[in-house]
Amino acid sequence: MEIPVDWYLALSAILFLLGVIGVLFRRNVIIILMSIELMLNAVNISLVALSQATGDVSGQILVFFVMSVAAAEAAVGLAIVIAIFRNKLSVDVNDFNLFKH
Amino acid sequence: MTPQFLFFCLAIVAITAALGMLIARSPVSSALWLILNLFCVAGLYLTMNAQFLAVVQVLVYAGAIMVLFLFVIMLLNVAALPSVRDIDWRLGVGFVLGVALLAQLSYAIASSTDLMPAEVSLESTVATGSVEVVAKELFTRFAMPLEMIGVLLLAATIGAVLLARRVSPK
Repeated sequence: MEIPVDWYLALSAILFLLGVIGVLFRRNVIIILMSIELMLNAVNISLVALSQATGDVSGQILVFFVMSVAAAEAAVGLAIVIAIFRNKLSVDVNDFNLFKH
Repeated sequence: MTPQFLFFCLAIVAITAALGMLIARSPVSSALWLILNLFCVAGLYLTMNAQFLAVVQVLVYAGAIMVLFLFVIMLLNVAALPSVRDIDWRLGVGFVLGVALLAQLSYAIASSTDLMPAEVSLESTVATGSVEVVAKELFTRFAMPLEMIGVLLLAATIGAVLLARRVSPK
């Protein structure tokens, strides 16, 4: 009674797709950042599944590093959001047109 | 309870939580849905015998990162969107792009599974994800990247503090 690797990969693809849809649809920049976290998690699932299927632990080490980088990315991203919110008083990406003018 | 049944339960809850994150009107509910999704992913790691990663997932993601998100959401006091929204051209473009990406990923998965050894199953590598195995690899082969991650986290901490600092008027 084992679970095929394809199921994990399919679930990973679906979750990654939902993250992409979140980045494309939502206009709240915090929810866009959360969708990026969702995509990182989807990739982590497929990394762990393939690591288990091949019996190589390197994939799990890579997932560990991805988590560390995701933590750093979330901290810096949210700091940038706070800094922009101070100037614009908004978290809508349509209001962030600093480079346009 | 068979492993397949457990997998399907976790997968359905994870997809539902991701959908809930996408369609929730309030950012706080979005964050709570994402936390549920992260817990389901931790459960999926357990079904793959990656115990260390499951614990790290709960500690780092559901514990630290999502608390940071909730702090910022409540700090900025972002109002929930109105429940009715106009559907513009972005929705159509995003839908087409999403379907194209799903087709691409499905094709890649369907055409690449024969590259893997078919006789290796998840059951045959029971102890792969235990703390001993991961730690041995992490502190021997991957010791240098581990140090680099420490430097990266320090840089991110300093950068976050500098970016979010209130500039005092002179």
